[in-house]
Amino acid sequence: MKQLMLGNEAVARGLYEAGCSFVSSYPGTPSTEITEAIAKYPEVYAEWAPNEKVAMEAAFGASVAGRRSFCGMKHVGLNVAADPLFTISYTGVNAGMIIGVADDAGMHSSQNEQDSRHYARAAKIPMLEPSDSAEALEFTKLAYEISEKFDTPVLIKMCTRVSHSQSVVATGDRVEVLKEYEKDIPKYVMMPGNAKRRHPVVEARTRALVEYAETASVNRIESGESRQIGIITSSTSYQYVKEVFGNTYPVLKLGLIWPMPEKKICDFAASVDKLIVIEELDGFIESHCKNLGLACEGKEKFPCIDELSQNAVADAMGKTHESGIKLGEVIPARPPVMCAGCPHRGLFYTLKKNKLTVLGDIGCYTLGAVAPLAAVDTVICMGASVSGLHGFSKSQQGAMDNRTVAVIGDSTFMHSGITGLVNMAYNESNATVIIVDNSITGMTGHQQNPTTGFNLKGDPCAKIDLETLCRAVGIRRVRVIDPYDLAQCDEVIKEELAANEPSVIISRRPCALLKYVKHKKPLKVDADKCVGCKACMKIGCPAISIIDGKAKVDETQCVGCGVCEQLCKLGALKEV
Amino acid sequence: METKNIMIVGVGGQGSLLASKLLGRLLLTKGYDIKVSEVHGMSQRGGSVVTYVRFGEKVYSPVIDKGQADFIVSFELLEAARWTEFLKPGGKLIANTQQINPMPVIIGAAEYPKDLADKILAAGIDLDAMDALSLAEEAGSAKAVNLVLMGRLSKYFDIPEEEWLQAIEASVPPKFLDMNIKAFKLGVNA
Repeated sequence: MKQLMLGNEAVARGLYEAGCSFVSSYPGTPSTEITEAIAKYPEVYAEWAPNEKVAMEAAFGASVAGRRSFCGMKHVGLNVAADPLFTISYTGVNAGMIIGVADDAGMHSSQNEQDSRHYARAAKIPMLEPSDSAEALEFTKLAYEISEKFDTPVLIKMCTRVSHSQSVVATGDRVEVLKEYEKDIPKYVMMPGNAKRRHPVVEARTRALVEYAETASVNRIESGESRQIGIITSSTSYQYVKEVFGNTYPVLKLGLIWPMPEKKICDFAASVDKLIVIEELDGFIESHCKNLGLACEGKEKFPCIDELSQNAVADAMGKTHESGIKLGEVIPARPPVMCAGCPHRGLFYTLKKNKLTVLGDIGCYTLGAVAPLAAVDTVICMGASVSGLHGFSKSQQGAMDNRTVAVIGDSTFMHSGITGLVNMAYNESNATVIIVDNSITGMTGHQQNPTTGFNLKGDPCAKIDLETLCRAVGIRRVRVIDPYDLAQCDEVIKEELAANEPSVIISRRPCALLKYVKHKKPLKVDADKCVGCKACMKIGCPAISIIDGKAKVDETQCVGCGVCEQLCKLGALKEV
Repeated sequence: METKNIMIVGVGGQGSLLASKLLGRLLLTKGYDIKVSEVHGMSQRGGSVVTYVRFGEKVYSPVIDKGQADFIVSFELLEAARWTEFLKPGGKLIANTQQINPMPVIIGAAEYPKDLADKILAAGIDLDAMDALSLAEEAGSAKAVNLVLMGRLSKYFDIPEEEWLQAIEASVPPKFLDMNIKAFKLGVNA
């Protein structure tokens, strides 16, 4: 049956049809929906792991046990899982194993624009790169065949435009794949003596995969009307090339992006007057062509920054296109903001009011860096707030201890904040970590995590108690606050900063967008009392504006959290 | 046929994903090749969002570029102004006249431009402006702005209303069906 599917849903469908029975992932835009979609198939065990390294190791365990497995993550998640990645390459698999990684060219929802294709070459693992949903489904099934035939994990590389575009797919039936576990110490125990014998196996496997790449149908040549130019491309860049040029020039479309064919590329190059490589981000294919001694153009035409598009391809190739009418008006930007009623708002207001230095982390609360709160000093990667706070605090020899905090979400803390906190306890830094516990993984669209008491399938499960966990690693001062209560926030933060030992404050209030959260009625402004002093505007709530000199509450957005009410000294903002 | 391009633009949280889901479902029943490109993640949090819907015999790119949109359906007036450059010559801009202040305007760092609808028309853009918010409220929920605008868009397509209604039925929860159909019809007749 033909249906429209997101690229991510199509990967999930491919996993299902290929008999995958174990999935472990950590959410991250734009990869999240692969795992959310696979969780809907009852035949497949699927879970959220606390982080990508755990997910990949769990998927490896399932593969060794004889079940086709998958782990999914965003590009930066693959950095977290890089340790097992490089060694699973040596052991190979039992049943097939796929690692799904989704890049975010254009950084729609990411902190960097890394090109994950480099991992395939560095870890010597084959990588398939689909260009739409139909290929996402087909390549996923093929990945298991490659995985088992060549005894290797296989990477499937998605990107925002393939992951988050719906296109037409035809679905098929599921096959079941079950293999026996066999103990095999030389293959699976990577101590030096065994690893030394596995490395040549990996090199031989790559040579065999190059041979496979020469004839694999996923590396196809599409003929063109003119041989003046030949284009090598892959992924979504292929779609832009076809959109602009149709059948004008021959195209070598690479579906297996690592290892790449050699003869096929050289023959293609020899068949055209000029070779041009069109790819997003780094010149990965281009470098390969140049290593083969081929003259080609690539990154001097197409930038390694941001996404491509049909106009970007046309412009770089000197082809004209239509243009639209740009208004002469200055259009104010509309950056993302914390939602009305967001529990993070009251906390960040308090941090700003106290002029604290804030080491931030990855999640909705990164938006605490946006004006008017502008309360965050650093954001690097998952968990870096806590470990960074330790270094910041220690290096200042106590001078900043009463002015510096880390802010990290519940899911991010479980992901990689715990080890930073262990370091603070063990190496005795005197600083304060604030865990903003909104009872969900918010930014990626409400995924469960080990602190919520529910699993990926929505069933009740074990719930990790944050207070007990923090105490267990050696933090004696653990306090809980309600971020809607500004006076309490202020008091507790001051007390913990003044304390002469490390401490944790848990700022606890569920995300206002969770379905079970009951909203209060919108607040009303008493126009007789409001003098337009803008005290309520300091919190950057999208539901409040000043219109004709008076505050106005947007009733469609306000959830009655009451934080603004606490800032109004005149009592003009009221629950009705 | 040449590929047709529809952009749905607005503010994160306004319901543009449902509109694109509805369009995708409807166009699939017509036998077209389709691509719908969405926005997930951080920009959804009250930011400027855009969804691309493309259909035809064979659709390659998942996105619509400047100078290519046959239709832009905007859920908010400032967003309509932001994206005009994506309209192809002769393309149509359907815009809800509702104004939602972005954070730079809320904190006084920028101004919401005045008389935007007039300025868009003066620039020579084919604008179909409507107060979709009032019609949505009349239908029973401010959140039905998306269906009002889809109703308006449907006027420019040669697809029987019955087929639109079937696609709506397949896209919204049963308890909100009547309200959504009412909103759609108010959009058609506005």
